[in-house]
Amino acid sequence: MAYKTIVEDGIDILVCGAGLGGTGAAFEARYWGKDKNIVVAEKANIDRSGAVAQGLYAINCYMGTRFGENNPEDHVRYARIDLMGMVREDLLFDMARHVDSTVHQFEEWGLPLMRNPKTGAYQREGRWQIMIHGESYKPIVAEAAKKSADKVFNRVCVTHLLMDESKENRVAGAVGFNVRTGNYHVFKSKAVVVAAGGASNIFKPRSVGEGAGRVWYAPWSSGSAYGLMIGAGAKMTQMENRIVLARFKDGYGPVGAYFLHLKTYTQNGMGEEYESKWFPALEEMVGKRYLDLEASHVSHRPIPTCLRNHAFISEVNAGRGPIHMVTMEAFQDPHLEEIGWHNFLGMTVGQAVLWAATDVNPKYENPELTTSEPYVMGSHATGCGAWCSGPEDVSPDEYFWGYNRMTTVEGLFGAGDAVGGTPHAFSSGSFTEGRLAAKAACKYIDDGKGEGIRVSDAQINRRKEEVYKPMEHYKIYRNEITGGSVNPNYINPRQGLDRLQKLMDEYCGGVTVSYMTNEKLLNIGLKKLKLLEEDLDKLAAENIHELLRAWELKHRHLTSESVMHHTLFRKETRWPGYYYRGDAMKVDDENWHVLTVSRRDPETGEYTMEKAPCYHLIDDEPKAKAKAA
Amino acid sequence: MPTFVYMTRCDGCGQCVDICPSDIMHIDPVVRRAYNIEPNMCWECYSCVKACPHNAIDVRGYADFAPLGHSVRVRRDEEKGVIAWRIIFRNGEKDMNLLAPITTKPWGKHIPQLADVPPPSDEMRDSQYLFNEPKYIRFDDGGLHTLESNKLQLKAGVYE
Repeated sequence: MAYKTIVEDGIDILVCGAGLGGTGAAFEARYWGKDKNIVVAEKANIDRSGAVAQGLYAINCYMGTRFGENNPEDHVRYARIDLMGMVREDLLFDMARHVDSTVHQFEEWGLPLMRNPKTGAYQREGRWQIMIHGESYKPIVAEAAKKSADKVFNRVCVTHLLMDESKENRVAGAVGFNVRTGNYHVFKSKAVVVAAGGASNIFKPRSVGEGAGRVWYAPWSSGSAYGLMIGAGAKMTQMENRIVLARFKDGYGPVGAYFLHLKTYTQNGMGEEYESKWFPALEEMVGKRYLDLEASHVSHRPIPTCLRNHAFISEVNAGRGPIHMVTMEAFQDPHLEEIGWHNFLGMTVGQAVLWAATDVNPKYENPELTTSEPYVMGSHATGCGAWCSGPEDVSPDEYFWGYNRMTTVEGLFGAGDAVGGTPHAFSSGSFTEGRLAAKAACKYIDDGKGEGIRVSDAQINRRKEEVYKPMEHYKIYRNEITGGSVNPNYINPRQGLDRLQKLMDEYCGGVTVSYMTNEKLLNIGLKKLKLLEEDLDKLAAENIHELLRAWELKHRHLTSESVMHHTLFRKETRWPGYYYRGDAMKVDDENWHVLTVSRRDPETGEYTMEKAPCYHLIDDEPKAKAKAA
Repeated sequence: MPTFVYMTRCDGCGQCVDICPSDIMHIDPVVRRAYNIEPNMCWECYSCVKACPHNAIDVRGYADFAPLGHSVRVRRDEEKGVIAWRIIFRNGEKDMNLLAPITTKPWGKHIPQLADVPPPSDEMRDSQYLFNEPKYIRFDDGGLHTLESNKLQLKAGVYE
């Protein structure tokens, strides 16, 4: 290959992926590491990359302790209820106690946060959400990261982490290639913050053809957070906890503002309320601890997202679809109507495009909703990600090993989707986690823990060969055929992605099987994933753009395998409405009130699974109401 | 096809290529203008549409579910700090203009250069504080929430 090798040596902190988590890490690292060499590698352009590239119309994680609204523990309890108990409450508490300081800085930087004219507080959409004009959310936080970083490498797709050869299980940087020049980039770094994205497009989407791009989570969210860390042997947690979203049909436009602010509601195809009739049976299935109809009625306790999905899915399967969002009442108010449209333009323009194309005017017609294909990520109503240490003043022993947000690989930190057990962080919480990881990474370096890392040329060259192999493979076998994409020696990235999506859908609880799976199916799925892995060794890339798709696919594959193993391990149906284990259709607290933790041996590819205790925040004294510190 | 590019407006400047988060806006080597090379990896995020200095890029809804004949156009102005949208329905009955702010401050001027702010003390380093904390948490004199301050414990097992 004629591509140059460009080595960046002497980096202190390398940030892989510059979405909200990565920009937070790069920004904060400069404060704690004035003299440190901070480098960012981003596969797209930092100004418009990550899940927030197109903007947001709300910040979904803001406590508002300043306005007397919530304390951090309130948010922890909310996330715990929503995720059926399976969360890392130390990490959640830590994120929640810092997140407001992040949001207040965003406002100072120029992000337009709406204010409630009566109270002067930020305009609430719901208890945790505040409304913003966030079209430029990403360019604004990118500016902050650029001011802090020594160098930002745009269009460098990181494919692997580098491992230290002087000390086992210690990270030493990363490698990747430039999507424009094709050059091979080597980053030798004392600490690495993986802030790459979760995974869209690993389950077969409902859409076909072009519409495959209109996924709920960005199509460029390629599970690289997981692919990189699993590849380095980091332990992962809660990877079975994929998420299914109830959204506006086809466009996957957001419903949060509609439910919470516009006060729209759902009904079935007959115009009836349908949710409540599914709840008694569901209460049996999950137990009163997770769905207590009487208690919810009295205390307004939220019903977990997955359980509301369950009612939706059940009603549709019973033949009473489609489910409609009743907008015709709210949209009579011109102000609310405008908000309804702004909400899409701010974060899911495609939904506005669709309604314009189909003449859906929600003022005169109630639009259809649907449940999406599953997604694997860690910052919405789901908590997939790496098994990370918590902060020392909060975490119990099992959750603490020296540095906040450090994975089980030394010097390897996570933020955003990369960190497991921390759902409901959203954009602001992910940025905050980046800040926490950056401070801890600086401390790790100051403590001398990153000294003496050694990366041999052999390791660098071995990875280089691996990185470009799909292009080599293409060159070797392309001329064996006259033309076209059918070749007995290789598959291209799109063909591989199609196969991955089909098997994840059919064996791991995708949309065509109504989110249902069982042990037998999962075992077949694992076998097919292994065969796919062998074929991924024969992936062919015609050019550098396809090489990007090839590596995204490999990261998606590693993510999928982890999801499959975790789903097999947890023998219960913890989140009805996200997925069902047909052979264990109940919540089983006796055996499974635990966090699932996995490790893939990077040498052999073998998985080991374990259970980790699930700690919960409880009041010191019953009913003790905490005040601000 | 999600985004597409009008032949007569594009001059091949490459701004869209530079910004596209999905790496799908490329320059065609024959006509030397931009085009979407992979429509099924396009999110309709409008990053390229907003970045195009000639308004040469537009969006046609996904062919598998969106009928032809609609229009959602945009102009983003960093100087003025606003974004303007126009939505036209397929049947022409609805034609909306919507305007929103994108920033409240001159671009980038109010983001601190952390290399220039006073360095944190050792005490600060050993604490749980982040930059600008504790002040920015609530703008009062209080500190950070802890388990102790909020009278909490972490306990393993099922909670009640």
